[in-house]
Amino acid sequence: MTDTAATAQPADPAADTLRMNMIQAINSALDLMMDRDPDVVVMGEDVGYFGGVFRATAGLQAKYGKTRVFDTPITECGIIGVAVGMGAYGLRPVPEIQFADYIYPALDQLVSEAARLRYRSAGEFIAPMTVRSPFGGGIFGGQTHSQSPEGIFTHVSGVKTVIPSTPYDAKGLLIASIEDNDPVIFFEPKRIYNGPFNGHWDRPAENWSKHPGGAVPEGYYRIPLGKAAIVRPGEALTILAYGTMVHVCRAVVEDAGVDAEIIDLRTLVPLDIETIEESVKKTGRCMIVHEATRTSGFGAELSALVQERCFYHLEAPIERVTGFDTPYPHSLEWAYFPGPVRIGQALKKIMSNA
Amino acid sequence: MAEEPRDELPTNLPRLSLHVPEPKFRPGDAVDFTAVDIPPAGAARRPDTAALAADFPDLAYTLVRVLDDDHQAVGPWNPRLSPDVLRRILRNMVRLRAFDDRMFRAQRQGKTSFYMKALGEEAVAVAAAHALDYEDMCFPSYRQQGLLIVRDWPLVDMMNQIYSNTADRLQGKQLPIMYSAREAGFFSISGNLTTQYPQAVGWAMASAAKGDTRIAAVWCGEGSTAEGDFHNACTFAAVYRAPVVMNVVNNQWAISSFSGFAGAESTTFAARAVGYGIAGLRVDGNDALAVYAATQWAAERARTNQGPTLIEHFTYRAEGHSTSDDPSQYRSAGEPTAWPLGDPICRLKDHLVTIGEWDEERHAAQDKECAEEVRAAQKAAEANGILGHGLHQPLDSLFDGVFEEMPWHLREQRAQMMAEEAASGRPWARK
Repeated sequence: MTDTAATAQPADPAADTLRMNMIQAINSALDLMMDRDPDVVVMGEDVGYFGGVFRATAGLQAKYGKTRVFDTPITECGIIGVAVGMGAYGLRPVPEIQFADYIYPALDQLVSEAARLRYRSAGEFIAPMTVRSPFGGGIFGGQTHSQSPEGIFTHVSGVKTVIPSTPYDAKGLLIASIEDNDPVIFFEPKRIYNGPFNGHWDRPAENWSKHPGGAVPEGYYRIPLGKAAIVRPGEALTILAYGTMVHVCRAVVEDAGVDAEIIDLRTLVPLDIETIEESVKKTGRCMIVHEATRTSGFGAELSALVQERCFYHLEAPIERVTGFDTPYPHSLEWAYFPGPVRIGQALKKIMSNA
Repeated sequence: MAEEPRDELPTNLPRLSLHVPEPKFRPGDAVDFTAVDIPPAGAARRPDTAALAADFPDLAYTLVRVLDDDHQAVGPWNPRLSPDVLRRILRNMVRLRAFDDRMFRAQRQGKTSFYMKALGEEAVAVAAAHALDYEDMCFPSYRQQGLLIVRDWPLVDMMNQIYSNTADRLQGKQLPIMYSAREAGFFSISGNLTTQYPQAVGWAMASAAKGDTRIAAVWCGEGSTAEGDFHNACTFAAVYRAPVVMNVVNNQWAISSFSGFAGAESTTFAARAVGYGIAGLRVDGNDALAVYAATQWAAERARTNQGPTLIEHFTYRAEGHSTSDDPSQYRSAGEPTAWPLGDPICRLKDHLVTIGEWDEERHAAQDKECAEEVRAAQKAAEANGILGHGLHQPLDSLFDGVFEEMPWHLREQRAQMMAEEAASGRPWARK
């Protein structure tokens, strides 16, 4: 997909392009959409007066008022259930779940209601909501501030799952998600809210000021859902990743001097299968990297799809580099996290396979 | 693994015991409902609709009743409806019962897979629907088909859904009775219990946030109040003073579990409202005038921005839970007839007769007319096909409406299915 590569970075750093971190980009997308569409409402725990525990909704209540940006009781199931009803009325809710680890109480409303509403009512009622939620590890968040539950949602028919990896993508994808008439789960990798993370936790942290993905237009633009980005073209192998792992993979590949093609999936459902297929048929090798636990993770679906579609082009078994099948640990975080060591060794293995 | 019980107690503390509720009557038992506390009609006071929720918890522990034992409408809750309105309510209850009878039988005849009656609970949905505005949005459970009947939704259309036939507006995607009728203000029914509760509150919040004038109404059974969504919804409704009427239909039974398993041994369901700071009313659910009056009161409270009301409708599920259920396996056969609040249709009929606005002959004629209306509708619906005769929708419609636009993976699966069916030579593959 040639157009996806073109939208991966801001093509035209015009005068209205600012440097933003991912929080600011998300805030900008929300601000812009609330301004454009009076039906967009933002709700969640601490999102109103306080502006969110990560500041993603800062300033919005003061600007748009309490009936459009409001704090909610601490009940995730209630937040999503109420958002479904608001959607049925005709609003376009953007509920926040404070951490993806706390989305489970809302599963019934998401899986049984939001995802099925259009289908079961033959289109009479829809759930045009975007559920924002910080996700992923790498911040010493322990068991309940680090999880990556995307595989639970990709298994549900009727919801879309979106995960940005840069401030530029975060804004463009969030705008597209809010405008989408289907329910969207929008997972924000909180490890890269403030800067890209290369997996080297023992080195100084970077911020977005120098990264091309930190250049964000002030105004409206959208990145279509279902379109991946080739963030590094290459010939030797294809790496499929999303969120924080895009940056970790890039650093590992550059350190190893391997000419890998790195594809940032950006949307897991619907998936940009064409970009993936084209790349693997070219390189003959495929490595899949995600933070989420391995068994029945989204990597298993990706691996199956590549195997089915690129079988005769494969020169080595598909590699999956993932979190282990354990709860996310606290003190042993860097042993769990699929960092440079694990990805580097998998890279060697897949490249040495004849 | 459970710990072994200790043979010798280390202290002289009394042994604990676990209380597991048990209904009073099981199959074969003689039924005696004299212990059910039925306050006299007209006894409950009627507060101002602007009263603070904290000012009348007493109404959550009594029963609002209008029709007395002599079939007169008495007391402050008497809605003083015109005979015309009373007759319309009666007629709609009769239509609902006729519809239920016919569809229950259709299931037994193998014309459809499933049905659920509202026998004995006709007043709950029918009288409430008469007290709401047509523009108000209803979030029903599966036993409020009376709302559609009152809103003059075509019976044929309801039956088309039950038969999953060619005219089924839900394209055969939903289990029978899981209607959806947006134009009639009837929200899509879900199989997952009580999910509609927070949704109704969200709809009401949206209406309020937009400065609209419409309110929401929602129903669940007493068994479903045990779901977390009931709590979520009450919390949201109270916090944002949402314009919503929240109905709990306490028909004593959740499939085979008596209401004690939802907490009824210790309190009423209307009393739940007290803790949330919501106005709570408990009404005689077989008294159409009490249901009407309570709904009208709650609707006015919501419309004037005084917030939500929780209404417990005290009634009795006279039929099995569904066509898949046999109540003789878990409760006494004598219960439905012994129920002290009687039958909602008979009670309203007796009232109309007593005040000289109705008679037995007209009633019998109306029964016949309604049965005939339903029979004609059934004939028309069956002309569009019945479930027992196989598929009525185009095969590839299975993939429609998962998303607004069909993504590639569904297009691929659709093509695969069509190719499989073509190769299989199955007759319906050509549809």
